[in-house]
Amino acid sequence: MPARTITITSGKGGVGKTTLTANLAVALASRGQRVIAIDADIGLRNLDVVMGLENRIVYDLVDVVEGTCRLRQAMIRDKRMESLYLLPAAQKRDKTAVTPDDMRALIDQLHRDFDFILVDSPAGIEQGFQNAIAGVSEVIIVTTPEVSAVRDADRIIGLVEAAEKDPPRLVINRIKPAMVKQGDMLSTEDVIEVLAINLLGIVPDDEEIIVSTNRGAPAAYDGTSPAGRAFHNIARRVMGENVPFLDLDSKPGMFNRILSWFRSG
Amino acid sequence: MARDTSALNRSTGVIIKGTREGVSIVCAQGDWDELLEDLAKRLHATASFFAGSRVTLDVGDRLVSEGELRALEEIINRHDMGLYAVVASDPRTREVARQVGTRAVSGEQPESRPAPAAPPPVEAPAPELGPSQGVLVRRTVRSGQAVQHPGHVVIIGDVNPGGEVIAGGDVVIWGKLRGVVHAGAVGDDGAVVCALQMRPMQLRIGNHIARAPEERGKKPSRPEVALVKGDSIVAEPWDESSSA
Repeated sequence: MPARTITITSGKGGVGKTTLTANLAVALASRGQRVIAIDADIGLRNLDVVMGLENRIVYDLVDVVEGTCRLRQAMIRDKRMESLYLLPAAQKRDKTAVTPDDMRALIDQLHRDFDFILVDSPAGIEQGFQNAIAGVSEVIIVTTPEVSAVRDADRIIGLVEAAEKDPPRLVINRIKPAMVKQGDMLSTEDVIEVLAINLLGIVPDDEEIIVSTNRGAPAAYDGTSPAGRAFHNIARRVMGENVPFLDLDSKPGMFNRILSWFRSG
Repeated sequence: MARDTSALNRSTGVIIKGTREGVSIVCAQGDWDELLEDLAKRLHATASFFAGSRVTLDVGDRLVSEGELRALEEIINRHDMGLYAVVASDPRTREVARQVGTRAVSGEQPESRPAPAAPPPVEAPAPELGPSQGVLVRRTVRSGQAVQHPGHVVIIGDVNPGGEVIAGGDVVIWGKLRGVVHAGAVGDDGAVVCALQMRPMQLRIGNHIARAPEERGKKPSRPEVALVKGDSIVAEPWDESSSA
């Protein structure tokens, strides 16, 4: 059976593409899936750092494409997960070192050995993005509840639709329920209303992510933090389970929400 | 097409607009050279918006010489458009038009256009040939996407912030308008914009521009139609304006 191929992209930088890729990879692998995460952000590689595998890189994606090494030599197996691999990006090259055809050929070679091939896309809409969506069939769009990020996500969705992929799905990252409640942050509904695509997950803003990212141990390893749980839920939904969305609105209850509707009206 | 006549009231220059058959250029009275200058300037400003379209030129009762007509045709051709027909009430002008190699229509009945069977003298295959009076877009216009058409545009879907619709004629949006729309893009102040939810970033009709009001109230929105009244763009609930 061919692998599921999924690109994680956003348009805007810094909204959490790499964090989601790493955590989704870990969460899927922890559910027994064979996963490879490909860092397509050539020249600005990060995924290896977030996954804590930086010190094991010998060869990278560009080496594979240029035939300097075999694909197997560039693949790094994760420290804790047997079935999780990373294919790192090159750091000394740029996006033009790889073409969409190269990516297609590369992904073709991986289909046999994996259940999931995740591609971490660079920000932007240029060649790096085109490389990242080549050869995959599914796309996950990441956005934060900010107007600028949503705008860029909208742009990317248009490009993904034009590329005739499956309908993209949305992950809203770094929601702060308290701010949403006060009307100071876009709500999930606000974002969905504009983007009009299916929601795959909501990840609450969680300081734990900063710590785990810096430590190179994705929060999904122990899925106890709020964000870690959200990543596991996303993984389950990707695998086809029907998982209810986290209730971010912990205390205040319905009464306050109705009140806030009246205030904003 | 009541709008056509109102446009004629202007005394100088040319009036350019997208119509059902392509582009209509209406010449007012005045010096021909000034008129050509105005036309060149206006076409230049609209860039390639009308590229590939066919032009119907309405000169009214003016007597136009072959040289004058050829000079005008050259300007049109320079913008990748083709002269399709000349509407003129003076039979001598119609004769000149035939000499130049285009169709001639008498001004008395501007609606009776030459049979569309004959292929228009446009070099590039004009994309809007048959349905040039309008285009239907059945998707959401997302950020960074643009819909341009010399005639009317109907969108089934939303126009998101960062999305853009530019039409020579009217624009109807069966969805939420949150982006930028320019109706009557070449100076037709009679064009209208309709949307189920009217929250445009910016709205332009003809030569008028309106920005979205700053307040971001979430009042229940009804279908609205925006049009030029007096010297500004106003939006009215659809049920009130539908009788107009």
